Amino acid sequence: MLNKIWPFFIILSFIYAIYSGNIFNINNAIFDSAEQTVNLCLTLLGTICLWNGIMKIAVQTSLIEKLTKFLKPLISFIFPEIKNDKKISKEISMNMVANILGLGNASTPLGLNAMKSMQEKNEDKSKLSNSMAMFILVNTASLQIIPTSVISIRSSLGSEEPTKIIMAVWIATIAAFLTAIIVGKILIKKM
Amino acid sequence: MNFINYISSVAVPTTILIIIVYGLFEKKQVFDVFLDGAREGLQIVMNIFPTLLGLFLSINVLRESGIIDAITNLSLPLLNLIKIPPEILPLACLRPISGSASMAVATDIMTKYGVDSLIGLMTSTIMGSTETTLYTIALYTSVVKIKKTRFVLVAALLADLAGMLTSVIFWRIMS
Repeated sequence: MLNKIWPFFIILSFIYAIYSGNIFNINNAIFDSAEQTVNLCLTLLGTICLWNGIMKIAVQTSLIEKLTKFLKPLISFIFPEIKNDKKISKEISMNMVANILGLGNASTPLGLNAMKSMQEKNEDKSKLSNSMAMFILVNTASLQIIPTSVISIRSSLGSEEPTKIIMAVWIATIAAFLTAIIVGKILIKKM
Repeated sequence: MNFINYISSVAVPTTILIIIVYGLFEKKQVFDVFLDGAREGLQIVMNIFPTLLGLFLSINVLRESGIIDAITNLSLPLLNLIKIPPEILPLACLRPISGSASMAVATDIMTKYGVDSLIGLMTSTIMGSTETTLYTIALYTSVVKIKKTRFVLVAALLADLAGMLTSVIFWRIMS
């Protein structure tokens, strides 16, 4: 997708800059972007390595499997069709825990496996089943305990309190999650 | 307000402590494992560097050309209606489409208006509480080769909107 959007943005900007007389600003913007990227990546490097190291410990313990137990009631509410299927509900709950812990690398493969398992049980293979649709919604809602990349961007920009936003992020994430589930549950019967 | 700041400040140390203690409890070589993970982190950043470079280029050029301001001005009536500050519009539009592009835009907004300003706090909260919705839907439906996605897109975009509005309202109340 970016193969189309990226050149479109750049060409559009040049045309508009000539039209609006901002073409000299563009010259500076080009070199600023190189510097900005290096600065951001240098600070991201520290936090991402640190967090990845800590989370590697979490992955190697039984913590994720333990945490999946807390999700049982939530999962049987969101996915009533699959609550008796042990394999699928395990894949779904592992994916959710990995998302909550911010383990993007671990959660995506788990999630894709869950989709494949649900497709095997799906009656109409050309259309998402109820559980599959709800599962995608759960994944687009990004429940996450520690929003690490935002925190590291904030500290790279010299924030006095990079973690100040955590509580706000929790509330906003829960609002987004609940909206996804409620709208999904309403539309599930109609679409 | 104090309580909220307190929870926010202890969340990271507590999470790290629990994980390390849990690792020790299960007799893992915690430091070695940590080093392995941190080394993988190097690779992750190396991999996103070129993407971010390209996107920073396009976003800087877009902004300096004046076109973002022009579009923001055009959408002012709508933004005022749903109470989203106009400065955040570029982020709200890109957030569901691309993770790295929205990261670049968010960095840009926070550099311009101040990371700890009201706009900066709203921007950070939106980044932390929403996902790249369109990418996620595309990925999860393509793995099972399904094109009929029913209500998923509508519900996911409404959820994004709810997350963004909550982020904005939260900081309006707090400030």
